[in-house]
Amino acid sequence: MITLRDVNKTYYTEATSLHVLKGIDLHIEQGDYVSIMGASGSGKSTLLNILGILDNYDTGDYYLNNKLIKDLSETQAAAYRNEMIGFVFQSFNLINFKNAMENVALPLYYKNISRKKRNAIALEYLDRMGLKDWAYHLPNEMSGGQKQRVAIARAIISQPKILLADEPTGALDSQTTEEVMQLLGELNQTGITTIIVTHEKAVADETRKVIHIKDGLIQNIQHN
Amino acid sequence: MFDLDRWQEIWYTIKHNKSRSVMTAFGVFWGMFMLVCMVGAGSALKNGMESTIDGFATNSCFVYDQQTTEPYKGFKKGRNWSIQNEDIPLLQQGVPEIQYLAPVLFGGQGANNVVRKDKSGTFNIKGNYPSYNKIEENKLIYGRYINDIDIAEKRKTCVIGERVSEVLFGKNVNPVGQNVKVMGIYFQVIGVARSISQVNLGGRGEESVVLPFTTMQQAFNMGNKVHFIAATAIPGVRVKVIEEKINQILKKQHNIAPTDKAAIGGFNIEEQFTMFLYLGIGIAVLIWIVGAGTLFAGGIGVSNIMLVTVRERTKEIGIRRALGATPRTIIRQIISESIVLTLIAGIAGLMLGVGLLSLVGMVLSQSDSFFQEPQISFAVAIVSLVILLVIGILAGLVPANRAMTIKPIEAIREE
Ligand SMILES: Nc1ncnc2c1ncn2[C@@H]1O[C@H](COP(=O)(O)OP(=O)(O)OP(=O)(O)O)[C@@H](O)[C@H]1O
Ligand SMILES: [Mg+2]
Repeated sequence: MITLRDVNKTYYTEATSLHVLKGIDLHIEQGDYVSIMGASGSGKSTLLNILGILDNYDTGDYYLNNKLIKDLSETQAAAYRNEMIGFVFQSFNLINFKNAMENVALPLYYKNISRKKRNAIALEYLDRMGLKDWAYHLPNEMSGGQKQRVAIARAIISQPKILLADEPTGALDSQTTEEVMQLLGELNQTGITTIIVTHEKAVADETRKVIHIKDGLIQNIQHN
Repeated sequence: MFDLDRWQEIWYTIKHNKSRSVMTAFGVFWGMFMLVCMVGAGSALKNGMESTIDGFATNSCFVYDQQTTEPYKGFKKGRNWSIQNEDIPLLQQGVPEIQYLAPVLFGGQGANNVVRKDKSGTFNIKGNYPSYNKIEENKLIYGRYINDIDIAEKRKTCVIGERVSEVLFGKNVNPVGQNVKVMGIYFQVIGVARSISQVNLGGRGEESVVLPFTTMQQAFNMGNKVHFIAATAIPGVRVKVIEEKINQILKKQHNIAPTDKAAIGGFNIEEQFTMFLYLGIGIAVLIWIVGAGTLFAGGIGVSNIMLVTVRERTKEIGIRRALGATPRTIIRQIISESIVLTLIAGIAGLMLGVGLLSLVGMVLSQSDSFFQEPQISFAVAIVSLVILLVIGILAGLVPANRAMTIKPIEAIREE
């Protein structure tokens, strides 16, 4: 599903440059359940963003579903993201003037699915998240756990192959963390390749593989 | 390619960010409102001008005698002369470019010069030919105007102005067939006239009594004097041409130095009218420049504020991009938002402006103002809408371009 070969990424600022990823080799199978751990600033988010085609890398190769992801046009990248990848973020990234249902339905809008149909599908997904009653609420009327479940519903509504989550439980208490992880676990059971960046050992323990990153390199991969 | 869903999404975004939308669109709203008001005021001025001149032949000139200012052929300067009946056929033959030629007389202004039984009033007395009605048109409320038989037979008939009729006979009374005494002589009323134009030669038409020219000359012992000559040019000939030819013939006929500029007085309505016309065009052009400028400034405002909001909306746009929006869909969204905002604001400004104009029009129609019927034509409204559309697209270009450069990563990155 995912293959990285000697992927390098350097951030350039005006005065300095920062070599963040120093040759990442990685293979993730379809349906895998993986977490990425490492110190702050070690390059976890950078790696995840490259996997999600939100950012590009400098050298090396990245194959997604046997397709080389390199020098894509913005339009191609957008299409891949829309079809293949679902995102979940620490700060939810919901659109604040859209209610839960409309937030969840948004990826389908970019798939040209009619308003009526996509809202119906969104309601279905919200129901699966146990948020049916919150469908018409704005994000700022919901708790962190609820918002994250809305975000998860949005991430999976277009039935992606991969779910990428950057510290999805970073803003949640342990109780809701537990609920969200349960949800992600269930989703992984349905066959979605799931990759979670986290600082929490409890979260990492629920995944099948833990990738430890240090100074821009994969230190080891731990199998649970 | 009309995509209802796309427009719904755009409308939703506009609706759910009300204050931002209102702020963005206000400039265009105001610009449009100002444009409509100014165009309306301009049209009111034009309508006022046109109704003033309406019914008055604009291709006309008037000629009258004055003292000579140069000695010529043994005559001293300062000599009084006068236009005479004999000049009329000479002019008609000598100037084929003349369409209508009408000699005019003015009568004495003595107090209460028009009497009927116990009622009397002071009015303007004019002696006219039928052709004069072609130059300064009258609407006959009752009866008819002077005709050729009145002239030929020197009948003692008269056409009285509306006001004259009111004073002597009362309101809504048909006085045709009755007699009135004009400067001591009885004349039979054959018509009641209302002048169409607000430009009247020799006093307001409503307060005038028109006698057949020949009758007046004879009845009041005016010899063969003519006070005024009114003439119009045939279509396609400048009035200046006939004016000059008339002057030439008169000078020759009356031994006036060809170089004497002041011996013959006159005025040329065409020149006045042309000036009016240019003034009107000038005002219209000015209005459009100023109005379009205001509208353009409104467009710049839309562009600017949208640019700022695009910066504020980095996160929203980034999220949309992460979820599969292509740069093109983002451009389309921003430009569409711009178009929708400009059009709505513009139409609101248009409607408010039109509403105000019709309100002002109602007030004006009740007063005797020079301004009349402030309106904007349907064509102007359509043109402004097209302009708005163009402004909307142009205003959206810069912010859309900025929005396109937003990478999803920028929005997604945690602060
Ligand atoms: N756009 C950027 N420009 C310059 N430097 C950047 C940029 N994005 C990240 N960095 C730097 O790259 C390094 C890795 O960042 P990254 O976000 O991948 O770390 P992380 O492992 O996710 O850390 P954390 O656990 O704190 O989220 C950090 O030192 C960060 O400051
Ligand atoms: Mg990070």
